[in-house]
Amino acid sequence: MRTCLIVDDSKVIRKVARRILETLEFAVEEAEDGRDALQRIELRMPDVILLDWNMPVMSGMEFLRNLRQSPHSVQPKVVFCTTENDIGHIRAALEAGADEYVMKPFDRETLESKLQIVGVG
Amino acid sequence: MQVSDASSRILAALLESRTGQQLTTSRRWRLETALKPLMHARGLDSLDRLIIAIASGGDPLLAEEVVEALLNNETFFYRDRSVFDVLLSGALPRLQRAREGTKKLSIWCAGCSSGQEVYSLAMSFAETKSRWQGWQIDILGTDVSKSAVERARQGLYSQFEVQRGLPVLQMMRWFEQEGSQQWRISSQIREAVSFQVHSLVNQSPPRLSFDVILCRNVLLYFPPATGKAVLDKLAAVTAPGGCLMLGAGETVIGQSDAFVSDPENRGLYIRNCAERAPALLHGSF
Ligand SMILES: C[S@@+](CC[C@H](N)C(=O)[O-])C[C@H]1O[C@@H](n2cnc3c(N)ncnc32)[C@H](O)[C@@H]1O
Repeated sequence: MRTCLIVDDSKVIRKVARRILETLEFAVEEAEDGRDALQRIELRMPDVILLDWNMPVMSGMEFLRNLRQSPHSVQPKVVFCTTENDIGHIRAALEAGADEYVMKPFDRETLESKLQIVGVG
Repeated sequence: MQVSDASSRILAALLESRTGQQLTTSRRWRLETALKPLMHARGLDSLDRLIIAIASGGDPLLAEEVVEALLNNETFFYRDRSVFDVLLSGALPRLQRAREGTKKLSIWCAGCSSGQEVYSLAMSFAETKSRWQGWQIDILGTDVSKSAVERARQGLYSQFEVQRGLPVLQMMRWFEQEGSQQWRISSQIREAVSFQVHSLVNQSPPRLSFDVILCRNVLLYFPPATGKAVLDKLAAVTAPGGCLMLGAGETVIGQSDAFVSDPENRGLYIRNCAERAPALLHGSF
């Protein structure tokens, strides 16, 4: 079973995303912020990470930079999933190593297609 | 509010006479919701009043707007990605070899809604431009809905629409953000395609011959006899060696003998040439 880590400080978003991902047969884990996510991937590296941008404690961007610089031999796919919707943010995310970008709000078709695009769908 | 059986039957008949489409059960349940904005704009407070207004004929645009509101326009970029991949990496290279002499390809998206299917193709061609150097690629999108065709022509999508099915790199490459919430297709892509209002049921096909026809998630709303008649029409304008692409949940099998599965490209269909001479069949590729 493919695995996805949802990193978002909003409980509602995590719930919505989890529901969609589970119907797509992903095993889902959740983290509330970047620091929490860094700890979780030490225990188990998911196939894909759905990553919010603005979060308390550690932002999505900081988490992503940490992840991409880490010595983990297998790197997960990262799909940013955020309300930031301008080209500047999108570009910065891609440059930092994001594989895809979703602007909230999203629906099942968006998420499913983005997961296929990064090759885990 | 409960929609009376009589009202829903009248609206279903109106839709079917204009488009050939049957009102699905789920739409029937949501008639009120689908028509609410329209009723509100006209100051009509019930479906019965709406039906009276249509019947009185005082406002010829009203029936058309009702039909448009009842059509399902759901679509997104590269819908059913795996069949698109088969088309782009299997069927098109084969057609390219077959049409080397004329260097012309014509593609028809029948029932193209707001244009995402058409632009998906156009972007893919633009991204493999060097392979198609010197080719004339004609991509036509048609739909019975005037408002859908108008939207397709504008190529302006909401943030929600632009990312459905579309890789972010393609969005960045081929769209420009307008304000904070809208994205417009680049003029290069826009100018590579054309759109036309056209009904698959009440009109003959817009051209005599196409190499590729996409008719996706349209046939499923037709009653079987209409679906068969439309497939026969599509077959008549599918060029030898050409193919048909349906929606992921659709098939010609059991519906029409005009097409058979393409043995080389899973999910696509080719014209059934059973009655033709085998030499012609092989010679066409
Ligand atoms: C569900 S959408 C599918 C759009 C696109 N082909 C796709 O698969 O994403 C169906 C479209 O078919 C159009 N349609 C319905 N009846 C039609 C007819 N008789 N002739 C042409 N288009 C029709 C509708 O207006 C609608 O835009």
